[in-house]
Amino acid sequence: MSSRALPSQLRERRMKRVRTMITPEGVALPLTIASRGSRAGALMLDLTLLMFGTVLTTWLLFYTALGSVAGQELDEVPGSVEFLFVVWSVFWFVAWNGYFMFFEMGPRGATPGKRICGIRVASRDGGRLTPEAVVARNLLRDIELFLPLVMLISTAFGSGGAAGWAGSLWFLTFLLFPFFNKDRMRAGDLIAGTWVLDAPKPKLAETLSTSGTVATSTSDVTGTQYRFGEEELSVYGEYELQTLERVLREARPEAIEAVAETICRKIGWNPGSGDERAFLEAFYAQLRARLEKDMRFGKRKADKFS
Amino acid sequence: MKAPSLAMFSRVSEMEAIPDIEAAALRSDRFRLQRESDWKRLEYILSRLERGQLRKLSDEEVVELPALYRMAASSLAVARETSLDAATLGYLESLVQRAWFQVYGPRLGLIAWLRKFFAGQLSRSIQAIWLDICVALAVMVAGTITGWLLVARDTEWFYALVPTQFADTRVPGASREVLLDSLKVEESAKGMSAFAAQLFSNNAGVSILAFALGFAFGIPSLMLLVYNMALLGAMLWVYSSQGLTGEFVAWLSVHGTTELFAILLAGAAGMHIGRRMAFPGHRSVLAAAAESGQRAAQVMIGVVIMLIFAALLEAFPRQLAGTEARAIIGGFMLLFWVTYFFAFGRNKPEGVS
Repeated sequence: MSSRALPSQLRERRMKRVRTMITPEGVALPLTIASRGSRAGALMLDLTLLMFGTVLTTWLLFYTALGSVAGQELDEVPGSVEFLFVVWSVFWFVAWNGYFMFFEMGPRGATPGKRICGIRVASRDGGRLTPEAVVARNLLRDIELFLPLVMLISTAFGSGGAAGWAGSLWFLTFLLFPFFNKDRMRAGDLIAGTWVLDAPKPKLAETLSTSGTVATSTSDVTGTQYRFGEEELSVYGEYELQTLERVLREARPEAIEAVAETICRKIGWNPGSGDERAFLEAFYAQLRARLEKDMRFGKRKADKFS
Repeated sequence: MKAPSLAMFSRVSEMEAIPDIEAAALRSDRFRLQRESDWKRLEYILSRLERGQLRKLSDEEVVELPALYRMAASSLAVARETSLDAATLGYLESLVQRAWFQVYGPRLGLIAWLRKFFAGQLSRSIQAIWLDICVALAVMVAGTITGWLLVARDTEWFYALVPTQFADTRVPGASREVLLDSLKVEESAKGMSAFAAQLFSNNAGVSILAFALGFAFGIPSLMLLVYNMALLGAMLWVYSSQGLTGEFVAWLSVHGTTELFAILLAGAAGMHIGRRMAFPGHRSVLAAAAESGQRAAQVMIGVVIMLIFAALLEAFPRQLAGTEARAIIGGFMLLFWVTYFFAFGRNKPEGVS
């Protein structure tokens, strides 16, 4: 995300994914439905991991089998090889069917791929994610993913004809299911009563008002004090304040210069150069103090238009 | 570059000087700094929990968790009304959300869940879909009869129904000796475990498919059942035309009672979801789908377990035991499953799920 003002369309699109959950304490928690992109990414990662894991194990078992029969007369399959074959069959089945279930039943409700993409599975009704739900959502993976792909590939290479295309189309509705509902559920989510949410883990950032010009309104560079009047501070609202906060936290010089210049123009000051950060910090501190004071009296100003 | 000074930012017309001095730190930041250590502590406990290190947490930490969670939730409620620090609000929201998942998601351990599952939950789920089981059973019987009748009228149907890898020597017109030979007892168990493992993954795949297809209102599940049973009906006709009905049924029943029962349950579970979505009653379609889906998923766990049994039975007793022993094993397995599913776990309250 660029620090240059987030396009409003992007913000709107993001707001469309937000649902609100009320905890038993009565606190409204915003939940964000995971984007289709991050889910697809997570799936790719998981499938890659699975593929590597299972193929590697197959190789290991194959070489073990080769080693166990090295230098023997091969009249019939020896018991050791048969045993390895059983292990391999069971392993393959358990790996491809159990991988998703095992990880989603864990305390994080996410497979390694989902964890990397910062998303998790949660119960749609706000209750706990039960093992039944995890099993249900993963049993449909076959018809949602593997069958449509197999159908498509086999039809594309000529077998099946018109019936093949009809079948592919039918299976495609499962594959494309997340595109047809607003909660981006796949068929498995639908029958399991689950959905996939963003699970961000932000670090607690530094307080801004304990250091620098935010605390004192005095520039460390020039020693000057910035003071803004009622009129100048009443120009902006909460949205602009939080955008300014982001600019200060990200601390990119060119963004700071651009924002300082914009604010100066807006409040009718002379834009100068060299001390922009201190100027912005002072402005931020005083704007926030003002807006928070109003807030305590029940007066809120969402943005510069209100 | 000239030295920066206040003049650079001076107001064009006149400077308005405000006499009173701002407080050094914002009030909302002081609020935050007072509570920050509690939030950090909660975050530390949460990250341990999420890593699955519940056992490594001390007793005090476990006791502290709900209190810390409530404190964070109330901090969030207060901060929303007093603070405009987006970073703090965002942090608190995600912290409370993470804590909520842990505090209100008291998971059963896998072992505890399995115990509950086998001690009645599975049976209750199966009893709850009795109507679908009856329908699936009727469909399977109808499929068998159809297969029989088709082949009885015209043996060409046999080749249309039965895929070639099954129809090696067992075709219409084969002699009694050939057919009897295909039911014979093997001398040793060599190669049988590999056979069992393959059978299991194949059958489990088919039943998962039958279940998953039920999502499309159950129709494809029924078609799959009809086709598979027509195949069985055709085979049955081939054997009975040579007077080998008893031997064939005994040979089949060793694992067949378990395997066909499992496929029946898988089809019924799929159909259950389809039926509930088509006729959700007074609930929303989504709620009905979720409820029936979770119930059907439990049935499917039972199906996979049954198929493990079926594969073991198919590989060993079927190939190694004689006709009477085969019939007894098959009959016993059927009795066992029916008793376990329909007589067990009744009159208990529906488990919280």
